[in-house]
Amino acid sequence: MLRQASRLISRSVTAASSKSVTARAFSTELPSTIDSTFVESWKKVAPNMDPPRTPSSFMKPRPSTASSIPTKLTVNFVLPYASELSGKEVDMVIIPATTGQMGVLPGHVPTIAELKPGIMSVHEGTDIKKYFVSSGFAFLHANSVADIIAVEAVPLENIDASQVQKGLAEFTQKLASASTDLEKAEAQIGVEVHSAMNAALSG
Amino acid sequence: MASNAAVPFWRAAGMTYITYSNICANLVRNCLKEPFKGEALNREKVHFSISKWADGKPEKPILRSDTPGV
Repeated sequence: MLRQASRLISRSVTAASSKSVTARAFSTELPSTIDSTFVESWKKVAPNMDPPRTPSSFMKPRPSTASSIPTKLTVNFVLPYASELSGKEVDMVIIPATTGQMGVLPGHVPTIAELKPGIMSVHEGTDIKKYFVSSGFAFLHANSVADIIAVEAVPLENIDASQVQKGLAEFTQKLASASTDLEKAEAQIGVEVHSAMNAALSG
Repeated sequence: MASNAAVPFWRAAGMTYITYSNICANLVRNCLKEPFKGEALNREKVHFSISKWADGKPEKPILRSDTPGV
């Protein structure tokens, strides 16, 4: 009985979609209501069953992008064990992306950036707060909200310079004497992280 | 499509992103000054008990208390 259902439904759905094939809306603009032609055809075929719900009907509509660029950036900076900044309004954030230091202003293009070990600075007026971030991701949204997630982020004053030097020497030596690919990769990571910390402390 | 993008060296060596990220975090934690270092290490302690099953019954569990850096 339901074998006919998929044929009838796909016939009416393709009729609807072929009309709109040149006028695809972006996902932010689609209404979150269910397609009424689909619901009608479904009810003709299977009047006792509820029409299936689509994933988009479960989703909350995306926050709308303001028509004018907001003056402040809202930053959410979270670590696995604490929420360092939550909904804080700032002027600019500079994040250590793998592609280099990236400055984020309100109205930045939506981006997902992978972070490398480095300094993240939060600028609020004349106030600059710096953290050393071990690695993580930054999600910049269209509505000037930045979600930055890191596994470990510490203020620069909490880093011990002598330990950094020791670590750097140790890993440089390990890199020279490493044999397997995995050992080389681990030593390379050690060298990168320690040199980043060194640069952060001295820069 | 993105297969000709350069893979990061750790991915080429067979490491996953999570392993890489955890190694970076551990290295940063080890370089902290004293009171912060203790707190960080405390935060990252793991306690778990493993029990192997045989014939539908759990055998005696092994308790593991791992401190980080292991």
